[in-house]
Amino acid sequence: MSESDGKADVLFEIEDLKTHFPIKKGIWRKVVGHVKAVDGVSMTLRRGETLGLVGESGCGKTTTGRSMIRLIEPTDGRVTFHHAGQAIDLRSLEADDLRGLRRYLQYIFQDPFSSLNPRMTVFDIVAEPLVINEISSGSELEGRVEQLLVRVGLRPDHLRRYPHAFSGGQRQRIGIARALALTPQLIIADEPVSALDVSVQAQVINLMEELQEEFDLTYLFVAHDLSVVEHISDRVAVMYLGQIVELTTSDRLYERPLHPYTVALMSAVPIADPDHQMDRVPLEGDVPDPADAPSGCKFHPRCAYAQDICKTDDPSLREIEPGHEASCHFAGEIDFETLKIEH
Amino acid sequence: MSSAQPVAAAEPTESFEPEAISTASYSQRKLIWRRFKKHKAGVIGGYVVVALYAIVLLGEILAPHGVSHRYYKVVHCPPQRIHFFSDEGFHLRPFVYGIKGRLDRQTGTKKYTEDASLKYPLYLFPRGDDYSFYGLFTWDRHLFGTGKGNPMFLLGTDRFGRDMLSRIIIGGRISLTIGLFAVFISLTLGSVLGVTSGYYGGTIDNLIQRIIELIFAFPSIPILMALSAVLPADWPSHLVFTGIVTVLSLIGWGGLAREIRGKTLSLREADFVLAARVCGAGDARIIFRHLLPSMFSHIIVIATLAIPIFILGESTLSFLGLGIKPPMTSWGLLLSDAMNIHSLSLYPWLLIPGVCIIIAVLAFNFLGDGLRDAADPYSSR
Repeated sequence: MSESDGKADVLFEIEDLKTHFPIKKGIWRKVVGHVKAVDGVSMTLRRGETLGLVGESGCGKTTTGRSMIRLIEPTDGRVTFHHAGQAIDLRSLEADDLRGLRRYLQYIFQDPFSSLNPRMTVFDIVAEPLVINEISSGSELEGRVEQLLVRVGLRPDHLRRYPHAFSGGQRQRIGIARALALTPQLIIADEPVSALDVSVQAQVINLMEELQEEFDLTYLFVAHDLSVVEHISDRVAVMYLGQIVELTTSDRLYERPLHPYTVALMSAVPIADPDHQMDRVPLEGDVPDPADAPSGCKFHPRCAYAQDICKTDDPSLREIEPGHEASCHFAGEIDFETLKIEH
Repeated sequence: MSSAQPVAAAEPTESFEPEAISTASYSQRKLIWRRFKKHKAGVIGGYVVVALYAIVLLGEILAPHGVSHRYYKVVHCPPQRIHFFSDEGFHLRPFVYGIKGRLDRQTGTKKYTEDASLKYPLYLFPRGDDYSFYGLFTWDRHLFGTGKGNPMFLLGTDRFGRDMLSRIIIGGRISLTIGLFAVFISLTLGSVLGVTSGYYGGTIDNLIQRIIELIFAFPSIPILMALSAVLPADWPSHLVFTGIVTVLSLIGWGGLAREIRGKTLSLREADFVLAARVCGAGDARIIFRHLLPSMFSHIIVIATLAIPIFILGESTLSFLGLGIKPPMTSWGLLLSDAMNIHSLSLYPWLLIPGVCIIIAVLAFNFLGDGLRDAADPYSSR
């Protein structure tokens, strides 16, 4: 109610979200350490926007997406869902109350093959959320499911078929129809196109954009591929080892990245031009073990610009320029263009 | 909403292959059945299993003699042959010769030879011993035979002169149905505890798993003996049957529970289960709508492969004299007649119940193997 200022359009907020998985060893299952999959992530989703979340595999993107709607229980942090004029603290909700809210917070899975129960028909799969939440039944239910299916680009006669009869792209459309069934406000799309053929990727992304406009959806779009994210996102958060290292609008990020990790990621995007000379900023080594993260800036062992301070002090995410946050001691000071390695 | 059709039209790249169309509305179960039919050994095993059950369930009608009719004069008679030819040439109606018994003075055993002067032709549905068919009706006709009181011992006789073939058929009923009932009970127990264990995890899981380990750690024969000893000796036969089923199930549920737990563990984390949770599904819906149906084919496989273990368990118990007791009979109990080397060397046909056990166990294993290959989604076919 009091959200009259700039916060009025905020749909979802996470503050300092942490999800740590204990590592247990020995017969007594003693906890010997933690995999810090998500380690202090804060971000805000505005109503109607698409926030891209990118990073290498294993950096905690999926865990972040799942923790924020408690598909995985977070260890620490605040998760606030602004719904019907109220700020709901998701982490303090009882299981039953959370189940009631699930319909507003939906999820699209990466793997279109394992996310559809092979023993259920398309109708049963898409109808399930409507049945569980007792939204409709009987012929009304059939009509709604059919509508949904047509909306995502499938035919009504697909209803009685089983998932095995569909291609990856079609299955992903079924998954989208299921997420859409409850007219949610937030959809967390966990790499929805990375398992698909490139030709089909664009179709699914276009569909998602149309649906966003039509149903006033907010997306958290998780991906490891910057070029996909650039297309669909309003803002982009770059994640590394459980933390956000850079967060800004999509345009700014691509024009002027401030974090060395973002630069390296972007140079890895292939460009469809045989004459194009790849100026790749090589990333040395692998993502470190999240159970044993480096000291100081977590990126410093792989960073080409690392100084002594990077080994000891952990830079926090700070606003370098208006609307552009990065966590690097030297953000804004390094000119990546001139430092580019020549071949 | 239907104005959004262009999306569908803009999708020429995703079309069905002809194969996909024909099986598109096939359920997982139908697909499994299609794959199973290609597994030769499994199909043969299936036919054998069906035939065995048909035989033992129609037992009294198929058995040529009454199960406890004693032919005093022909104890330990070797199997007789069915003849089509005699001195007089070919007979359209097959027959068996009479039996001549003669005491061997050296060994003190009775030797039997064919008495060519007596011929007993075989008839369909001749009158024989009276029997009660599951208490539904009393009848005296058998599928085939030589008539009441006449010899025809195709698998020989035992030490009381009872027809082995008839006893094997009737005994098979107990051996084979005990397997079914025991699997049913231990599967129910195993499913409930296995799913609970795998789905909820934590302390419950730990507790159930330790109990299973405890059961596994007991030496099976002594505990079976102990449990059977608890059953009162004067119980009527149907109670003894139930008692043995219970004993076998109490020992046998652990392995089944483990397999179901493992399956639950892997399915619990499957995306489609997570998807149901995102939609707001509760535990009951996830277990009964998603987990159990997904495990159903595996449960059937586990059950099929477990039945022979129970058949063998019953045989072991009865062989040791701890299971089925006379006047009931089972393959294990029949085998116990061949317990000493004397009977084995002189009356080898007493081992035929053992052959029946082998056939049944193999058939179930082949059937189970076939079902498992068909149910496994990762197989190459």
